[in-house]
Amino acid sequence: MRLPLLALLARGPAHGYELKQDLEQLLGSAYPQPNVGQIYVTLGRLEKQGLIEGEDVEQSSRPNKKVYHLTDTGREALRAWFEEPEDEPRVRDEFFMKLALAPRTGLAEQIALINKQRRQYLNTMRDLSKLAAAEDRDNRIAHLLIEGAMLHLQADLDWLERCQEELEELE
Amino acid sequence: MSDSPAPVLHAEGLVKTHYGEGAPAHAVRGVDLCVRQGEFVAVTGPSGAGKSTLLHLLGGLQRPDGGSIRLDGERTDAWSEARWAVERRKRIGIVFQFFNLVSNLSVADNVELPALLAGCTPKQARTEREQLLGELGLGGKERSMPGELSGGEQQRVALARALVNHPPLLLADEPAGSLDSKGTREVMRLLSRFHQRGQTIVLVTHDARLASAADRVISFFDGRIADDAELDGTGASRKGGISGVLELRD
Repeated sequence: MRLPLLALLARGPAHGYELKQDLEQLLGSAYPQPNVGQIYVTLGRLEKQGLIEGEDVEQSSRPNKKVYHLTDTGREALRAWFEEPEDEPRVRDEFFMKLALAPRTGLAEQIALINKQRRQYLNTMRDLSKLAAAEDRDNRIAHLLIEGAMLHLQADLDWLERCQEELEELE
Repeated sequence: MSDSPAPVLHAEGLVKTHYGEGAPAHAVRGVDLCVRQGEFVAVTGPSGAGKSTLLHLLGGLQRPDGGSIRLDGERTDAWSEARWAVERRKRIGIVFQFFNLVSNLSVADNVELPALLAGCTPKQARTEREQLLGELGLGGKERSMPGELSGGEQQRVALARALVNHPPLLLADEPAGSLDSKGTREVMRLLSRFHQRGQTIVLVTHDARLASAADRVISFFDGRIADDAELDGTGASRKGGISGVLELRD
C-alpha cells in the first residue's frame, strides 16, 4: 500500500483517516476495506524513509492529528513507480506443483485436484459476480478491478480445462 | 418421491453418437442428469465436449441413441417430432447462440407467434409480448425487424420468445456466444433475474463468468459429466477467495 498512499498525497497534504476514505471512495466495495491501523503503520514507515513528512496539527478537544505531505524524494519515488511496468501475474503457483507432483506420491489424483480447484474458482467467480452487481454502476474503477479479477479467473479456469483434456487422454 | 414433486427434467443413461465422415463421434456417453424445480444449472466444458448435443437431446431437437428423458415425471421416449414441437412451445423454452429469430417477421410477431400457436388469443399474446419486451428493455422496438437490432437486442427478443408461454424449463445454448462483453453481462443479468423468480434453467456455455450465475455447475468432458458442483459462494470464506484475487499487493 506504500505507493498508493504516496499517490494520494501527490494532490496535497492529508491525514491518515482522510487517506483511508479516499481509497474507499476510489476503489469502492471491490477493494477489501483498508484497515486504518495498517494505514498509520505504513505512513510511519514512509516518514522514516523520508518519502513523506508529518506535521502535528492541534485539535481542541481531541488528540493532535498528523497531516502528511509528500517530500521531493517521495515525488521521485512516485515518478519511478509510474515509469516502470509491473511484473506479469504468477503462472507457476502452488496448485501447479500439486498437479505436477501428485502422480509420484500416490496420495492424490490429478483429475480430483482439478475438480476441487475448479469448484473453488467457480465459487469465487460467483462472489465476484455478486460484488459487481452490488457495486455502484458509476464507479468505473471498481468495476474494472472486478472485471480484471474475473478475467484472470476465467483464464485459470480455461487452463484447468486444458489440463483436464490433456490428462484425461492419458488415462 | 411421493411427497416431493418430480424433477422438471430427469435424464438417464443418455447416449448420442454422430456418424459423419471419418470415425463416429461419441458426443454423449452415458449421462444422468436430474434438474429440480427452480434450479439454475450451467453445463461447461471445452468446445467439442458434446455439451450442445446434450442440450439438443434435452430439448428433443435430436433423439438419443440410448437412455431416457422424463419431463415432470413423464416419459418422452415415444414422443413424435410433432409432439416435441408442441412441448417446445409449452414446456420448454430454448434460446440459441445465433438467436434464430424469423428474419421477415417484426420483433412483436416473433414473440407473439409462439403464444398464438400455443392457443393464446391475439389479445393475450399482445399483452404477454408487451410485458416481456418492456421488461427486457425493448419497449419501442416492436415494429423493428430482427436485422435492424444489435446482437444483444436480438438475444433479448429470443429470450422473450422463449418465455412467452411461461415454460417450466428454459434451455440456453451458448446464449452469449456471439455477443460482446456488454451483451454477455446483459444476458447474465437477465437469466439471473428470471431464475430469482423461480425459472428453472439449463445453460450450456464455455464462459465461466456466465456459468457462475448458476447455482450448480456441471463440467462436461468428452461426452461425460466430470464434475457436478453446487456453488454456494464459499469462495469468500476460504483462504484466498475473493479478497485474495482483488488484493492490491504491498
